This record gives sequence, structure tokens and C-alpha cells, in this order.
Amino acid sequence: MKMTTPVDNGVNVEALLGARQALTDAPEAAQFKWRATCSWVRGTHSRSSVEKFFGLGTEQSHKTEFKYDADHPAIFASEDMGATPVEYVLVGLASCLTAGIAAVAQNRNIQLRSVKATLEAGMDLQGILGIDSDVRNGFSGIKVVFDIDADATREEINALVAQSQRRSAVFDIVTNPTNVTVEVR
Amino acid sequence: MSRNGLRRPATGTTDVVVIGAGHSGLAMSAHLSAHGIDHVVLERGEIANAWRHERWDSLRLLTPNWQTRLPDYCYEGDDPDGFMSAAEVAQFITRYAGFIGATVRTGTPVRSVAQHGEDFRVCTEQYGWRCRSVVMANGAHGIANVPSLAASLPASVRSLSAKDYRNPERLDAGGVLVVGASATGLQLADEIAASGREVTLAVGEHIRMPRTYRGRDIQWWLTQAGILDQRFDQVEDLVRARRVPSPQLVGASRTLDLNALTARGVRIAGRLVGLDGNTAKFSGALRNECAMADLKLARMLDNFDALAAGSSMGERERFAPTRVEDSPPLTLDLVKQRVATVIWATGFRPDYSWLQMPVFDHKGRLRHHGGFVAPGLYALGLNFMRRRKSSFIHGAEDDVRDLGSHLVGWLRQSPSTRAAARMEMRAGI
Repeated sequence: MKMTTPVDNGVNVEALLGARQALTDAPEAAQFKWRATCSWVRGTHSRSSVEKFFGLGTEQSHKTEFKYDADHPAIFASEDMGATPVEYVLVGLASCLTAGIAAVAQNRNIQLRSVKATLEAGMDLQGILGIDSDVRNGFSGIKVVFDIDADATREEINALVAQSQRRSAVFDIVTNPTNVTVEVR
Repeated sequence: MSRNGLRRPATGTTDVVVIGAGHSGLAMSAHLSAHGIDHVVLERGEIANAWRHERWDSLRLLTPNWQTRLPDYCYEGDDPDGFMSAAEVAQFITRYAGFIGATVRTGTPVRSVAQHGEDFRVCTEQYGWRCRSVVMANGAHGIANVPSLAASLPASVRSLSAKDYRNPERLDAGGVLVVGASATGLQLADEIAASGREVTLAVGEHIRMPRTYRGRDIQWWLTQAGILDQRFDQVEDLVRARRVPSPQLVGASRTLDLNALTARGVRIAGRLVGLDGNTAKFSGALRNECAMADLKLARMLDNFDALAAGSSMGERERFAPTRVEDSPPLTLDLVKQRVATVIWATGFRPDYSWLQMPVFDHKGRLRHHGGFVAPGLYALGLNFMRRRKSSFIHGAEDDVRDLGSHLVGWLRQSPSTRAAARMEMRAGI
């Protein structure tokens, strides 16, 4: 990608800002639907895939279908054919924040050299195992640590990371409640 | 004013109807009088009505007395560094009305404003005006925002907007959840906690500011740095700039921030995001909201330090980061925790329910370009309307001069020039 500015994080900020303006003027085009399918394989092993989504008023598609195996580890008497579902949540959060950092850095003319996120989420299994009803099923908390090498001051890097949280979809999804409807067809 | 008394006895004509006799409407009245323009000022209640009847008891201006001024009129008392109470503001504005010799029709709420050919028709309960121009100076705080989930609160909990709240003594016995961490939310949480009640404060995006920096009031710095004079057509993201919550300040010689509240025993939670039965749910993003406010504060102080460089103005200061507990509360059971009151300090919006013109955006907000709403129709006193200071008392002077000059020119144009100007305005001025 060719950028007009010397800073290049591989993010086309002009396109993003153009999209922002276009969607401000046409809010209906901003209505997106993200989709996934998941099929049980065996035991706790399942295989999910994503390919199609809806946006800009029409059906869209990824370049290819992406597949994800999920399972539980051997210590849960499973075959460990993939990451656990909760780890996919961490993957989603980390990749969303990281993408945000790149975009915000580009917009602020900050050259990134490396960005690495390390995540850890606590979970008390007494929740999902039904041992203690006061313990929730999900994470008790998530900790994200970023190691960032960039042409910027410490404060500028902190501001990048803060802004990426403000703008992150997955950060919003995990920090705020969402209505979930599950039906059987 | 001529009266057209045949078919509709209760109607009249004038050049300009000014709606609202607060500081903005009166300043516009002074401008119009100075140019010999026939106008009426309609006031739903009394002069400075909101300051008399719609403020909590302890409220004081966030701007010091030296800054509180109107065109050709300023504070002349012996406490320039003090902060006026609401009653003192009402008195200040009422004296200004006398000073400019304004004629105000009090007790005259406007029922409708509509386009009427080239003119406007403004109707009150008793009377109708046909006029060539309307100035809406009825304030940015007409309606207190209350989120829809207020309707789902448990029956034992009283829901109160910042407009209805008066003082801690009037609250029912029990705890209080204050929602919103701008100046209003912090001030209410502070005085309610001081009255001995358990207070939880729901905190979203907020602007942290010390009352003084390097020996000067923060408003002095904001003025010096040119921040208050920033124009609406010079900011990168105006929609966002207009949405920025009011800074965490109190009209007193002390800093009121989240750390001060925590020290008082107020529990800080994230933004209120929902209600599940009796349980209030808070966002888990509190830490980032606080980190962001701390970072912005540091950037602002860096700017002030650059301004102070080489001078003898006090010492560079940095403030302790906002303290956030390791696991801030994500839920609050309002019934079990005996929360008696939820106070919505979630901002205000202007009331244009009487404006019958297609001048609103898809979210019902008034569309305007620096106060120009439509040919002949002007707004005043809105958040960052023409300048960051537009919603402040001292912000009226520049805005009234800009819009008032335009208005005077508009009235003096010939009908055909006005028609052309109308086209131009539609094209975006």
C-alpha cells in the first residue's frame, strides 16, 4: 500500500476516514451483520467457520472461508484439537485492540515497529462446574499487557492504547452487556 | 410595534422575537436596541428563570467572578476570585436587564414557532407575533437527559434528574447512585456523601481538571491558551467537541476529582450500562476511562507549562493518577444494597419542542452552523455553538456580536437580496 505520509503502518487512514464520512451521511449503509457457523465434530471438539457477512447495504464475503477448531485441553479429558472457546475471546480482544492501535497510530503519524499483546484472564472453575453459585461462569477479569516499540513518547503510546480501547468493538463486547438470543430451528 | 387588530385581535408584528430572558437573550436584546431594531423578548417565567428555579441549592458557577461578564457589564464586587451562587447569577442577570433597559414579557411561554411565508409566526398562549427573525436563546439545559432504563428501576427506588435534585436532606433515607461524572455528577456525589449517605458514582467518559494550576484558576489558563476562544469551524471533529462532557469542576477554591470522592468514601463504578431486575450493571471499562482522562489532563498541563515557560508563575505540578480499585463493581443490587435514589447527572439538551420547522437531524438535534439555523432563525448559548465558550455567560458577547451583526444586515437587505442570501445559506453559508 502506498502512503502519502512517511509513516506507514500498513493502514489506509484516508480510506477509513472516507468510510467514516460516507457512513455519517448514509447511516443505513453502516448496518453490518457478522456471522459464523459452528459444527460439532466429536466430544468437545467443534469446527467453526466464517465467510459471509452483510454490510454497505449488500452481502459481502471474505476472500476465503476461515476455519477454527475449538476444543478443551487434555486435563479436561478432551482431545485438545484446538483452542478453548474462552481463548478465542482473548484472541478477539487482542486482535481488535492491536488493529486499533495500528489505525490510531497511523492517524496520529506514529510509526510502529512492533506491537505485542500478552493476555491473561482469570477464571474460577467453581462457576462453570456448578460448585459455587456465587461464582460466575466467565472471566473474573482480563489483563492485557502491551509491549510497543514505536517512534513516540511513553505518553503518546499510552494514549494510543487508551484510544484503541475506546474504539474497540470487542473491548465493548466484553466490558458491556449484550442481549443474546439462542433459538433452536 | 404595530398591531393588526381586525380578525385576530391578539396578534402583532415586530422585526425580531427573542425567546428567553437569560443572559444570551438579554445580550441580543441590547444589541438589537443599539441598532434601533424593533423586537420583543419572550420569557416563559421570570428573568433568569432557570437560575431561580431549576438549580440545586449549592450550585455555584464554574467560572470565577472576574470572568463572569456580559457586553459592557461585568462583576464589580470585592471578590473577583469567588464564584456566584445561582441566586447571585439571577441577580447579576436581572441587574443587566435593568442596565440595558430591556423590555421583557415575563410569564409568556412560547407555544409554537413556524415559518410563515417569508416571515415567522411565534405563538404564545395569549398572543401571536409575525416577525422577520427569531432568536432562540432559551438555553442549552431545557431538558435533563434521563435514559430510558430509568423507567425499569425497582419501585423502591426514586429516580431524580439533576434538575429536580435540591439538596441531600430532601432525599429519602438510604444509599444513592449518581449516574454521570461531569461537573454535576461529581458535585452531587460529593455533597450527598458528605451528608453521610452511601454513594456509588457511575463514571463514563469524563474531563479531569484541577481548580487551580501554578497559582492561577484553571479558567485563566484555558483563556490564556486560547482554548475557550477556539472556533467551531477550527476543530477537527465538531460533533464530538460539542458532546464533550463538562469538566469536573466545582465553583469553590478546591479541586473536585474522582480521587477526592474516593477519599470521601464514594464508590466509583464504570458507566451504567443496564438494569437486570433490581441490579444495576456497570461497564468494565472504568480503568480506561480514568486513564484517558489522566492522559488528557497531562497533555493540557504540558500546554500550560509551555505557556508558563520563562515566567515566574508557580511550580510545575502533576496530579496523582486516578485511583481505581482492583476490581471495580460491575453490579449493584439496588434493593439489597438499599439504594433509595438514582440521580441522573447525564447531561441536558435544549428544548425546541415548539419549533415547527424541518431543522432537526435524524437524532432530533437542532441542525445549525455556528448558530445559523435557517434564514432569519438563530440559536444562542448552545454547547460549542460558535466557540468553546459559547455556553458560558462570558461566551455570549462574541456570539451575540457575530449573530447580531448578521441579523441586522439580514433585516436591512432588500427582499430580493434576502432571497439570494436564503439560497446561499441553504447551500451552507
